[in-house]
Parts: sequence; C-alpha cells; structure tokens
Amino acid sequence: MSRMLHTIPILASKEIRDGMRNRWVAATILLLGTLALTLSFLGTAPTGELKVAALEVSVVSLTSLSMYLIPLIALMLSFDALVGEFEHGTMLLLLTYPVDRWQIIAGKFLGHSAILLVAILIGYGTTLGILIYVNDVDTTGWQAYVTMMASSLLLGCVFLAIGYLVSSLARERAVAIGAAVGTWLVLVVFYDLALLSALIIDEGKHISEGLFSTLMLANPADAYRLFNFTGFEQIGRLAGTSGIETGMVAPLVSMGIWVLVPFLLTVLRFHKREL
Amino acid sequence: MNNSQSIELSSVSKKYDKSTVVDDINLQIKTGESFVLIGHNGAGKTTLMKLMLGLTKPSAGQVTVLGEDPTSGAFSARRGVLGYLPESVSFYHHMTGLELLGYYARLKGVPKTEVKKRLEQVGLLEAAGKRMNTYSKGMRQRLGLAQAILGTPELLFLDEPTTGLDPSLRRDFYQIIGDLRASGTTVVISSHSLNEIEEQADRIALIKNGKLVACGSLEDLGRQVGLPVRTRLVIATGHADHVARQLEPHYQVNMVDENTLDLVCPVDKKIAVLHHVADLGDTLLDISMTTPRLDEIYLHFMSGENP
Repeated sequence: MSRMLHTIPILASKEIRDGMRNRWVAATILLLGTLALTLSFLGTAPTGELKVAALEVSVVSLTSLSMYLIPLIALMLSFDALVGEFEHGTMLLLLTYPVDRWQIIAGKFLGHSAILLVAILIGYGTTLGILIYVNDVDTTGWQAYVTMMASSLLLGCVFLAIGYLVSSLARERAVAIGAAVGTWLVLVVFYDLALLSALIIDEGKHISEGLFSTLMLANPADAYRLFNFTGFEQIGRLAGTSGIETGMVAPLVSMGIWVLVPFLLTVLRFHKREL
Repeated sequence: MNNSQSIELSSVSKKYDKSTVVDDINLQIKTGESFVLIGHNGAGKTTLMKLMLGLTKPSAGQVTVLGEDPTSGAFSARRGVLGYLPESVSFYHHMTGLELLGYYARLKGVPKTEVKKRLEQVGLLEAAGKRMNTYSKGMRQRLGLAQAILGTPELLFLDEPTTGLDPSLRRDFYQIIGDLRASGTTVVISSHSLNEIEEQADRIALIKNGKLVACGSLEDLGRQVGLPVRTRLVIATGHADHVARQLEPHYQVNMVDENTLDLVCPVDKKIAVLHHVADLGDTLLDISMTTPRLDEIYLHFMSGENP
C-alpha cells in the first residue's frame, strides 16, 4: 500500500520535470497569459464600462477561447504518453519495475494535470490579479473568473484522458498525433458545426430545446461552455446563452464522465497490451 | 530459498499472430544459478526473458517466478527484487545519468546513497551529469547494468549484455556480475557470443526456432554431442601431401594449407594420434589439440540434424 502511494508521485514528478525541461510549462504559461491579457483588455474596450463588467467580459471571451485552446494543449501533452515510450523502448524497462500499469497512467495524468494547473493559475491568474488591481471588482465577477479557471483545468483533464486513450490505441507516434488532432477537430470544431447545421435544417421540428441541451451537454467542450455561461446570470446575458438552462451540475457531471471513461478505457487497453 | 527453483517454465509456448516464437519449453532455473540462453537472433531468447519477467503472457503452459505467476497483479509489487537489462536498452534521452538512475532507484525503493555507488561501480561517475543523448552505446549499456543491479536483485536478467562493449569493459561487466552471483543472485543471461559466456554459465540452454534443443552444463552438452578432438599439425614444406596420405587410413584429414593439416578423431583416439604423430620425426614442426568448445557444441546442435 505504501509503495502504491509512493509510486504515482514519483512518476508524476518525472512528467513535471520533463515539462519544465522541454519548456512546455513555460510556453503554455506564456500562451495562456498573453491571450488572457490581450482578450481582457481588448475585450473590455467596446463595453465602455470598464469598472463593472471587465471580469465578466473576460470570462466570456476567455471561455470561448479556452474551449478550443485547452483541449489542444492537453492533447499535445498526452498523445505521446504511452505510444512514445513504447516506440522509444523505455516502456519495456519501466514495466519490469515494481509499478502497476494503471499507476503509470495515473502518474502521467497527475503530472500533466499539475502542468496544466500551474499554466492556468499563472497564465490566467495574472490577468485576474491585474484586473482586480485596476478595477473595483465585485465578488461575483472574480468568482466567475476563478470558476472559469477551475473548469478550464477540468476541461484540460478531459482531453488529457482522451489523449491517453489515443496514445494507447495508436501503434506509432505519427499516427497518434494525427489521431489527436482529428479528435480535437471532431469534438471541438465539427461537433458544434454539425449541431448548428442540424438546427438550421430542422427548423425546430424535431430538435427540442431539451434534446439540444442534452446534445450540448454530451460534448465535453460544450459542457465546459455551458458550465461557465449558465452559472452566472450576468455572464449568461453577455454570452447570449440565457435560453439554455442546464445549471452547473449537469455540465460538471458530463465532464467528469469524460475524464473517467477514457481514463478507464486507457487502463483496460494498456493492461491488454503485450510487449 | 536455497535449493529451490527460482524460475520454472512448464510446457510454455508463445505465439504472436501465427508464428510460434516459443514452442513447448520446459526448464527450471535454480536459485543462485547462472543460466545462459543461447541461440540465433530470433530464436526466442528475448521472448523467453519477457515471459519470465511477466511482460508477456504465455499462449500455453505456465511460468512461475519466485513461486508466482509473473504476470499477476500481486507479482508487480515484488518486482523490486528483479533486475533487467534489455537488449539495446533505451533511456529517456533528456535526463542525465544521475537523474535517470535516481529515478529508477526511487521506483525500486532503493536508498539514494546506492545511486552514486552503482555509478562508480560501472565507471560512470564522471559522466553522471551528462545527458543520455551524449552517451555512447557502451556508456548506455553500463548505465543499463547499473539500473539492473540497483538494490542487489534476487533475479537478474541480462539480454545480450555485452554487445557494443570493448573487451576490457566486458571483463569489468562480468566482474560485477560475478560479485552479484557471490551474493546469491540468480542470473539469466542470453547471448550469442559463446566463448565469452562459457565461464559464466552453470548451465546452458540451447534454443532453436523457439524450441529447447539441449540444456545442461558445458560438460553435459559436450558428452551429449560426442564432438571430436581436432589436432592441428604444421608440417615442413613439401612433406604435407605425403603425411596426409600416411594418416588418411586412420583419421579424417583436412588440408588447411600447404603446411597445415587437421586431424579429426573421437576423444578416445587422442593417445593414438600422439603415437602416430611421434613417428613423423623432423617433418613435424608444430602440433596443437583442441577439445570441443561451446561454439562447436552450439554449431553441432544448430546445424539442422537435431530437432
């Protein structure tokens, strides 16, 4: 038992050190930080009421951006996790150590999500700090912002888990990266386009509001958006999603399932793999 | 644990898709023994090791390592007592030697103090701060040994361990393994560099096309084969043809060059050869006798007339 508790942090800390060494952490912080700052300060200009709405507007624009960006970052962190070690030959040796296969995935997951946590905390947190400093911010404003940061991490975890699944299924690295990008396109871009097209063609005959909400919830990226847009009234108004009433629990459950299921499938698949 | 079996394979087969890589192998490796697997590339040695390490499941039969199925979940916690050096080992190339060995030591639960000791033992202390991608093949191999012997394993698996090592490093390598054997470690080595392994082996298993062709000590194998003694004669120029004709009724004579003859005869005719050769007088310039060595035994077993 004590060994089990030791092993995962050892594996995780290696991933974190790898991430710092190959500048992944620095690059992600820089990317998220720059975008958050840019969007927040550009985004507040058209509203004309810098003081009150700044944070809420930032939440809306950052959510829309994170929905695309965070999954991509998470997939790029994770697609290599298993297939890379198989291809490079390091997995063979690792598996002769007193390490369970699920622990390898759990360790990588812990390490990669720590990288995302740090990147989101610093990248998005800096903007929050600046906004709080230059404005009188009300409580709901920063609550919404912090909630957005937390859910961004959860969205990242979803796509880490999906990335591991891709990594466990792919026979080689080159295939895995293609599959990761494909997964991103399908889940984050095409899904919405398809849903939108269906709505237009259907003209409200078959797709009820309930079905539409369910279809939105079923997709982790949309669940993330719903979570942030429906949670706070003012943000919903800004984002123009006031019509959809999913609450915050359902999107959270959806994202939770999207972490759990790919993760478990990865463990299952990895256990079956022979060397 | 003394006198017990460390590893037992009973009727073990392994198939990948349709090709049979390991075919119905039975063998026992005793605790503290040094066991050598010999065979061509692709004979199934690496797969046998992977089966013993629990990296892959047998298609049929049963593998037992230290009393357990090595693929079972319960065994994974006991892997700390195993050491493994894979064939052409690869490491995380952005890590330094010290970081890497530290990482493996933590995973094995081996105290940090042992890391430097092992690096020194394999002669990598000076290069410990350098990254893997600057390491030569020989250095990687030495680091591979260092990680394999972390925690003084009960069971050490070495897959083609000395490929890419120069002779002096080979000696160091076997010195380290010898020390471990003295402390009771069971060693399983696969190799195709035969004569180098002779002195390392308590018992040898010859593997051919996934089958166990022969298994035993070097003496056992030599007896099984009944290989001949070879006597090499160096004859004064101009006399070789004559001498060859003289000896041909008694032995198989091979003309190596115009001065050199090889006589091939069964072990029990050794003395008769000496008598014959003594009659040659001044025409005989030099003589040497060789009894069968592992490479000949190997060639004999691998040359097709055996199953």
